[in-house]
Parts: sequence; C-alpha cells; structure tokens
Amino acid sequence: MTITQKASPASSSKHEIKTSRIGVKWSHRIRVTLVYLVLIAGAIVLMIPFFWMLSTSLKTIDEVQTWPIQWIPSRLVWTNYLDVFVKIPFARFLSNSVVLSTGGIIGSLVSSSIVGFGFARLRFPGRNFLFFVMLTTLMLPTWVVIIPHFIMFNAIGWTDTYLPIIVPSFFGNAFFIFLFRQFFMGIPRELEDAARIDGCNTFRIFLQIFMPMSKPIIATVSIFAFFYYWNDLIYPLVYLRSQLNFPVSLGMRMFQTQNPGVVDYPRLMACAMMTLLPCVILFFSFQRLYIQGVVVTGVEK
Amino acid sequence: MATHVSKMARREAFEGYLFILPWILGYILFRFGPLLASLYLSLTNYDGSGLPKFVGFENYQYLFTQDPRIIDSIRATFQFVGGFLPLSLVIGLTIAILMNQKVRGILTFRGIYYLPAVTTGVAVSLLWLFVFNKQFGVLNAILSWFGIAKIGWLVDQNWVMVSFILMALWGVGGTMIVYLAGLQAIPTELTESATIDGANTIQRFFHITLPLLTPTILFNLVTGLIGAFQTFETSYIMTSGGPNYRTFFFGLNIYLTSFRSLQFGYASTIAWILFILIASLTLFVMSTSRRWVYYAGEK
Repeated sequence: MTITQKASPASSSKHEIKTSRIGVKWSHRIRVTLVYLVLIAGAIVLMIPFFWMLSTSLKTIDEVQTWPIQWIPSRLVWTNYLDVFVKIPFARFLSNSVVLSTGGIIGSLVSSSIVGFGFARLRFPGRNFLFFVMLTTLMLPTWVVIIPHFIMFNAIGWTDTYLPIIVPSFFGNAFFIFLFRQFFMGIPRELEDAARIDGCNTFRIFLQIFMPMSKPIIATVSIFAFFYYWNDLIYPLVYLRSQLNFPVSLGMRMFQTQNPGVVDYPRLMACAMMTLLPCVILFFSFQRLYIQGVVVTGVEK
Repeated sequence: MATHVSKMARREAFEGYLFILPWILGYILFRFGPLLASLYLSLTNYDGSGLPKFVGFENYQYLFTQDPRIIDSIRATFQFVGGFLPLSLVIGLTIAILMNQKVRGILTFRGIYYLPAVTTGVAVSLLWLFVFNKQFGVLNAILSWFGIAKIGWLVDQNWVMVSFILMALWGVGGTMIVYLAGLQAIPTELTESATIDGANTIQRFFHITLPLLTPTILFNLVTGLIGAFQTFETSYIMTSGGPNYRTFFFGLNIYLTSFRSLQFGYASTIAWILFILIASLTLFVMSTSRRWVYYAGEK
C-alpha cells in the first residue's frame, strides 16, 4: 500500500516519506537482503564448530593430524563411535548421567513447583522479603558453599554417591522456583476460588488444578534441569571417586587425560557428539517452549 | 489495620510457610549455613583431617600481601569479564535487532543462534580445545586462507584470554534471546508515530528503542557478570590454568586449593573474596541502574 501523504509542514522533517512504489520496495529489498546476508554469515560461523566436531569424529587419528586440514573425512569412520564403548565404559557413563539427570529433574520439579506455588498464591507475613532473599541466592557463587557442602556430605558418608547431587534438588532451585511462581501468578483467581467453594484444600488445588495446567512450565523446567544435570562437571568432580560412577562429563575428562601427551580426538569428539545429541534433539523439539521460559525470566525481571 | 487476624488468614499463612518449607530448609542447609561455615573456615587452616584450627586473619593477610596466585586469578577473571561482558551485550543486541527484522525463516535462525548457548559442558570444552589446536585446529586452518600464520590460541600467553572470550562469545545467543523478548515488548505504535513525525532509524533507536531496552540490558549485564566471574570448567578442561597461570580463574584457584592441595581453610578465604567481589559489583550495578534504567509503566 502506498503512503501518499507527505509529511505535514508542521513537523520539522528533513525526511520525506517515499511516495513512489518502486522507491519503497527497493530500499526495503536492499535492507532485507543485507540482514539476510549478515545473519546467514553469522549462522555459518556459529555452526562451524559443530561441523568440525562431526567431521573429526569420523576420521582416523592420522587423518586428524594432517596439515592442511581435511575438512571432510576421506572415509567415514563410524567405528569410532563403537570403539568409544570399548575403550572406556561409555555406556555406563551414559546410564549414570541418565540416573543423575532423572533424579535431578524430579527433585527440581517437585520442590520448585510446590515452593513456587507457595510464593505465588498464598499470603503470609514476610513473603516478599523471603522471595527477595531467594533471588539473592542467585548471586551466591558455587565455590563459596561447596567446601562446607563437601565436608558435610563427606561426614555422613555420601561421597562417591549421587546423593549429594540429587538430594539438594528436592529443596528447590531459585531459578526454577522463580519460573513456577511467575507462571502460577498468571492463573486466574476464579479457578482457585471455585475449587475452594467446592471444598478443595490448598494442596489439592495445587495438585489437581494448577499442576495439570502447567504443562508448558513443567516442560521448560524439565529441559533446563536436564541441560544442567546432564552437563554438570563440578559436583560429580567433587563427590565421585570410582570410575564406574562417573557421568559422561567426568567420563570424557577421564578419556581426555587417559594417555598423557596423546589425545584421541576422533573418539573424544564421538563421545562429545553422543553427549550433546540428546541436548540438541530436546532443544529443537521444544525450542518454542524453552525460549518462552527464558523470555519470561528476562522480561519479568 | 485489623486488630485480629482472621482464622482464614492464619490458616493461609500457615499453609504458605508449609509450601515454602522445602526451600527454607534448603536455604539453611545448603546456602546460608554453608555460607557461614565457609566464613568460619576462612579463618582456619583446616586441611581435612582433625579439627579446624582457628588462625584469625592469617589467611586474609597472606591473600592480600603475599599470594602470587591471587594476582593471577584477579587478572584472569577481570580480563575475561572486562573483555567478554561489553562485547556480549553489544553483539547480542546487534544480532537481536537483525533478527527482529521481519524476514522469513526467523525461527530457524533464532534456533541456530541460540543452540551454542545451550550446549555447555565438557563436550563443548573438548571441542574448542581442538578448534583452538595450534597445529591441526580448524581456526588456524581458516586463518591460513588469509595467509595468517598459526596462532597458539591456548598455548600463547598473549592469545589465551582472547580464545576464552571468543569461545564465550560463541554462546552470545543467550543474551540475544533475552534482547529479542525485550525488543518485541516495545509497542510498535511508538516507533511508528516517531517515523511519522520524521525520526530516522538512528533517532528511533537511541530515543525509543534503547531507553525501553535498558531493563533488558540490566538483566543481561547482571546475569552475565555473575556467570563470567565463576568461570571454571573451561579453564579446568582446556588449559589447567595456564599457560603461565594466565587462565587461573578464581573458580579454578579455589578448586585446586581445596580439593587438590587440601587447604580448605585458605580456599574458603579465596571463595569469600570472590563472593564479596561478585556481590559488591552486582550491588553497584543495581544501585547505579536507577540512573540509566527506564521502566516504562509500573508493576
């Protein structure tokens, strides 16, 4: 549609709205093309490391140590992926990570939803103050609490188990509590009031009304939690001793440092691919949901 | 104010506390309690065996006057934060603005740009370890197209921080996503009426878009700050703090001091210094934010 009106004389504009159809279309076209070019260039640059990871994982060690580098492997060495399961107990590492992540996700969901509900829908003295205190814990570096954590868990004999990692997840996580609280605050009061009139107690309202409505936020929190527990290095590093208890993060580190001076990059990259694959799949499947969750935090803050 | 609290209100308050009980317990057990404990530990020379022995401010004295590694940690951490943070804020915003243009396929682009931000961990560190490899890495390969000699990204003292910043910027999609949300929350009527009044793109950006984005910028600034100060994994996996302690971040320092050298007392001291650094910087940013952050509309 053409904008045919000229800028009114009253406004001090040196900028004349283009009145010719061709003019508008061309400047728009050029702009869009430029944006496209920049975005595509950026996307290619960002994807190069991933491509490099894939390419390296399908080469032999000799092929990896050539210069100039070979961008595409001459032969797709899929056996690297199988070798990984033989050279190190990778299957065990994977299943350990699954156990760890599942525990962490369940704990996070259960505790953060309950606490989030409390902050969102129940009134009690000091509520805002406590919520603020909770938010400040985001500022607390892991390092300033991990030493006492370790001493405490060591004293009760929980080293070399997953308990020091999974049990705390049942006590709420500031970020997830925040997400649940924001979400719950958006649910209309009428639903709650109607349920109360019907005689529902608060916990049933939480469980049977709020939670079933919370599928988006449950999915978001689950994905965030999965990314965290699946990729975490620090806590497993501090608490786990026996190799067979290692999750993939620790397992890959062990593989990296197994032979001093030599790093088996092809197989290491195969490990990395397999480790990141669930994350990538989850990400693209739930992209919309996940980004929505991040958006809520960013805008609401 | 009511002189008596109704039964219902009391009941609701009781339930409220009950619902947040898990967090309260967790806060005491895993946050506040350990915080105090580590403060106490920082005044001892606990080495894991026996009981902690109180040594007063000896640790702090050593840290401030004699410890060479603290200088390394301060240098590494501040170099990284100082280099990474401004770049991530600006680049993230630029990309978000580009993405906000109504072009086709925006969802795919958004996914591609955001993906590196959510892939974290040892896998990624190992990948970049090889990307930065001096002899056979892909980055030097690309440089060779332009006739640039190989750079020792992780082995050259002068380049290692650049490498860490580059690697961190790969995940700039994280700030981009938040910016996008902020941009899309700006009512189009504002920019449209400005255009009709004759504002050009630059004027629109600086007088409408940017002011309305300041809360988002603040959010990215604070979260970026808190995250960047705690860098550990990348240095642990890729450089072990080298070359020549150039990447001896606070996190790595604390980890090695406590779990390798078993100096839990002194490690707690370092940890508290880190905490004080992060907290004071965050509070400083928040307090100055009143001057430059513009909140459109009340809550």
